[in-house]
Amino acid sequence: MLEIKNLHVTVGGKEILKGLNLSIAAGQVHAIMGPNGSGKSTLSYILAGRAGYEITEGSITYNGEDLGAMPPEQRAAKGVFLAMQYPVEIPGVTTMMFLKSALNAQRRGRGEKELDAIGVLKTVRAKAATLNVSEDMLKRALNVGFSGGEKKRLEILQMSLFEPKLAILDETDSGLDIDALRLVAEGVNALRDPSRAMLVITHYQRLLDYIVPDRIHVLAKGRIVAEGGKELALELEAKGYDQIVKDAA
Amino acid sequence: MSSAAADTKNTVAAIGEKYKYGFVTDIEMEKAPKGLSEDTVRFVSAKKGEPQWMLDWRLGAFRRWGEMKEPNWARVHYPKIDYQNAYYYAAPKNTPLKQSLDEVDPKLLETYKKLGIPLNEQMALAGVAVDAVFDSVSVATTFKDKLNEVGVIFCPISEAIRDYPDLVKQYLGTVVPVTDNFFATLNAAVFTDGTFVYVPKGVRCPMELSTYFRINASETGQFERTLIIADEGSYVSYLEGCTAPKRDENQLHAAVVELVALEGAEIKYSTVQNWYPGDENGLGGIYNFVTKRGDCRGDRSKISWTQVETGSAITWKYPSCILRGDGSVGEFYSIAIANHYQQADTGTKMIHLGKNTRSRIISKGISAGKAQNTYRGQVSVYGKAEDARNFTQCDSLLIGGDCGAHTVPYIESRNPTARIEHEATTSKIADDQLFYCLQRGLGQEEAVALIVNGFCKEVLQQLPMEFAVEAQKLVGISLEGSVG
Ligand SMILES: Nc1ncnc2c1ncn2[C@@H]1O[C@H](COP(=O)(O)OP(=O)(O)OP(=O)(O)O)[C@@H](O)[C@H]1O
Ligand SMILES: [Mg+2]
Repeated sequence: MLEIKNLHVTVGGKEILKGLNLSIAAGQVHAIMGPNGSGKSTLSYILAGRAGYEITEGSITYNGEDLGAMPPEQRAAKGVFLAMQYPVEIPGVTTMMFLKSALNAQRRGRGEKELDAIGVLKTVRAKAATLNVSEDMLKRALNVGFSGGEKKRLEILQMSLFEPKLAILDETDSGLDIDALRLVAEGVNALRDPSRAMLVITHYQRLLDYIVPDRIHVLAKGRIVAEGGKELALELEAKGYDQIVKDAA
Repeated sequence: MSSAAADTKNTVAAIGEKYKYGFVTDIEMEKAPKGLSEDTVRFVSAKKGEPQWMLDWRLGAFRRWGEMKEPNWARVHYPKIDYQNAYYYAAPKNTPLKQSLDEVDPKLLETYKKLGIPLNEQMALAGVAVDAVFDSVSVATTFKDKLNEVGVIFCPISEAIRDYPDLVKQYLGTVVPVTDNFFATLNAAVFTDGTFVYVPKGVRCPMELSTYFRINASETGQFERTLIIADEGSYVSYLEGCTAPKRDENQLHAAVVELVALEGAEIKYSTVQNWYPGDENGLGGIYNFVTKRGDCRGDRSKISWTQVETGSAITWKYPSCILRGDGSVGEFYSIAIANHYQQADTGTKMIHLGKNTRSRIISKGISAGKAQNTYRGQVSVYGKAEDARNFTQCDSLLIGGDCGAHTVPYIESRNPTARIEHEATTSKIADDQLFYCLQRGLGQEEAVALIVNGFCKEVLQQLPMEFAVEAQKLVGISLEGSVG
């Protein structure tokens, strides 16, 4: 489903990803771990199409198409979803209003019929209940004044609402308490599906107890330096990145 | 500039081509001879079949105007206006003075349809009565009967001058004096039409009242005059909408609006101003020099201005409240959007004269392209205004790096018990906000519209329900060009 080859990415004139290779098949969940500043969020942004992030070499193929050539909203319509490390506040726009606009924009992008307000409301409410997102949060301005955990839960709510094909979760577990972590993991696991791929970025092996990945990649200095099964997370926990990076070198 | 900001700018730049209301109606017009003289004033007055006292009032104004100077303190720049090179009266031909709706030229009705004004029974369902002013004359007023039942007068001001001379004489020019300012005085001399509303004691006007102003003819100024009187304990909500065709020339619009709220009365006045703003190079567009003022004449009266200003090449406009009655309340909610080469200098004055008077100012200015957007606001508390309160919130949003936002507050207090609060912010649409929206599937234009509408929310909420959605769309349109 996703095929990244020799990817070089520059941000603000600085090369951050330096020849990254990664491929994920439909139905799989992959995890990316790596030290701060290694380029994990950069990878997530380049997949989602954030302006200012430039591919200087290499390619990203998504379901046979050149993902790098698509505008971000088209990627979203085609099922690319990024749960952001730092969800953004939009004052004055209620969460519910935002969800409805986004869902319908994606549907329009796919040539599907838009849903009416009541239809969206029903779907959102049902999903919100399972993720412990309160009615009050849906009425408030998007992410404004939300706690860190609330913002992350809202990201997962959007993921389950949009039902993406490729879901990228950038440190969704950071800042979550144990109960929220379990809720989020359940939300993710509920979406596991043979037609869907997921890329989970995390610093903690704890999350991977709940969301068991098919494969783990270690990203350091802009490249994948180690790969393995879920046991790699335990090894990382024990040895630290430094050692793993050295071992790999 | 980051490329997200550049994209935003490009999006915004796409707009001018798609001015939705830019068509011209091909209709035969009757005009006054070009230029401005006493004869022009007499011509207009005669066309309206006015009584002598009205003509005298106009002539007085005209003489004073000749001695006045055009103001130059606003942050707007434009070439000198040649007042002799314009028409001051233009009316669709064969317009008898009074008409029922089915007598109106179908071409006019077609125009209003294009403007999205359902000038028919549908409006009854929507509970809106509409007065439509086409260039210099009022062509149709709907739902007069229903209003008559409760004693509300809602008619073209030219009709009111003939049919309700005592009311007009009593109030006309009492809020905006004839010699108030250059443009108001010009208006007093040559105003051609406008709306008159009188709501009797204790009556809550049963429907929203609404006027649509349309400039159609070329080289023609529009000078309408609106007078609204809310008698003791009454309530009325009034909305005006404005559009004009695309033309390369600049056209002058100098309106005067006077509101009088007597004891315990409330007037809610909303404007959706979408005069042609000129093209993306700053060619053409309306010069909108407007004087709007409300007098809270009675105790516990209230006047609330809400404006959504998206059009005009130049906007010079300060809807104000004179808080004369004790315990009276003035409000000003404003959205001013300036794009391309538009210049907006707008704000309000809150003049606290009475005890326990309150005022609230919420201003949202959005600048894009090469536009300049100025908020200019005055809060004055006079010596007798014990315990006066004002709250001002003034927020500016910049889109792209070539535009400007300016805030010019004047605050004066002659009473130590006054409490005046002023808050101001300036922000940009952040790259991460835009990216977040795009990632969730919204297009660039839709994202900008959503964020800007969020920014304006407090003001949009003040609009009557029926118009809030339209205004929201307009905010999007004037920044996006997603029309058609
Ligand atoms: N606009 C920019 N200009 C220059 N350098 C940048 C820019 N944006 C990000 N970087 C740098 O790119 C590097 C990778 O950042 P990135 O956010 O991808 O790291 P990360 O792996 O997600 O880290 P963390 O675990 O802390 O989230 C960092 O060194 C960061 O400072
Ligand atoms: Mg990161």
